[in-house]
Amino acid sequence: MISVRNIHKSFGAQEVIRGVNFEIARGEVVCIIGPSGSGKSTILRCINGLETYDRGEILVDGQKVDPKARSIIGVRTQVSMVFQRFNLFPHRTALENVMEGPVYVKGVPRAQARREAEALLEKVGLSAKFDSYPAQLSGGQQQRVAIARALAMQPKAILFDEPTSALDPELVGEVLEVMRDVAAEGMTMAVVTHEMSFARAVADRVLFLESGTILEEGPPEQLLRHPSHPRTQDFLHRVINPMD
Amino acid sequence: MSDFLAKSATYLPLLMEGVYLTLVVTLFSVVLSTLLGFVWAVMTWSRVPPLVSISRGFITIIRGIPIIVQLFYIYFVMPEIGLNLTALQAGIIGLGIAYSAYQAENFRAGIEAIDKGQIEAAYSIGMTDALVMRRVIMPQAIRIALPPYGNTVIMILKDSSLVSTITVAELTRQGQLIAASTFDNMTIFTLVALIYLALSLPLTFLTQHLERRFSKA
Repeated sequence: MISVRNIHKSFGAQEVIRGVNFEIARGEVVCIIGPSGSGKSTILRCINGLETYDRGEILVDGQKVDPKARSIIGVRTQVSMVFQRFNLFPHRTALENVMEGPVYVKGVPRAQARREAEALLEKVGLSAKFDSYPAQLSGGQQQRVAIARALAMQPKAILFDEPTSALDPELVGEVLEVMRDVAAEGMTMAVVTHEMSFARAVADRVLFLESGTILEEGPPEQLLRHPSHPRTQDFLHRVINPMD
Repeated sequence: MSDFLAKSATYLPLLMEGVYLTLVVTLFSVVLSTLLGFVWAVMTWSRVPPLVSISRGFITIIRGIPIIVQLFYIYFVMPEIGLNLTALQAGIIGLGIAYSAYQAENFRAGIEAIDKGQIEAAYSIGMTDALVMRRVIMPQAIRIALPPYGNTVIMILKDSSLVSTITVAELTRQGQLIAASTFDNMTIFTLVALIYLALSLPLTFLTQHLERRFSKA
């Protein structure tokens, strides 16, 4: 479904991604973990063309991701994204945020888009918040609207870029629950996260990224409990026992 | 006072002919400067290097030359290269172009105030540049740009008096002509000043009203 082949990317003189390769199969949930600055978010942003890459190739369903070509629109309608800072449209209600893509990008009739948006907001537990503006919602609620907005495009995959990192700790759970439900329905997902419990419970595979390369990958039980690379061991130790 | 009113009654019909042209010049200059200013702002926003250079260069040049000189240039120099314009046309085009530089800055400030994250979110659901502009940036940028836009419109109204220098018989010019033949400077220029004030006050109130309404939403 998603093929990332030998991707390189530099910001100025700094090479932030140094030859990354991985595949995500249809229906697979892949969590990408690693220290900040390791290039996790950048890779995600390359997959839907929000960021350009210097070398290598990314394919989504066999189609090359080229941020400068018109074909990028097609890629983006198939691969939605959920952002760390939610990025809802502040001048539109929850319902309008969810309807925006279907109505204006896909040309779905308004009434139908509205019904679907209502169903999606109910699904993420926000049936009472249809007409609320983002500023009137908590961070957790905003992120759930953002997930509904991503689902409304009926994408083949969703990219989650640290979806709970900007949330107060007590709001993290409600977002992870929604993500788990989405995964359970068979959505292909790439999730950049620091939530190891989510990775353990939901991921099919975990990638550990450091300094722009994948140091280690494997099923969550193996990678999170018995990492083989000393850098992975060190990182996991620090995430799980921050006070040590 | 009654003397002032009596004399005003004589001069007002003549001054009203000038008011008509003042309003024509203002209205068309506002429209032209808005359209052009929007084009410059979008060119700057496009991040396409040649477009950015053209719009930035244009804005810099226009802002560095007095409007009155720009008017002279269009009205007196253009005919020498074969472009003949009536005084009214030259006035509208001159003011419109001059103020497009200021309008562009108003719009640019509005566009740049929009959080980049939302714009990325809009791209991420497959929106084109045009759609991002129309559905995400414009509705919010207009609210932000409205107060400075209103002020610019008021300035265009007042600066429409500059076209008197290229023989357009708008309010200021009309006042000068009557004053030259009657020597009643006091009455005439008091009237001219009051008329400009009467024209600009509604605009000031409208701007304040819209500002309040938009800031609530």
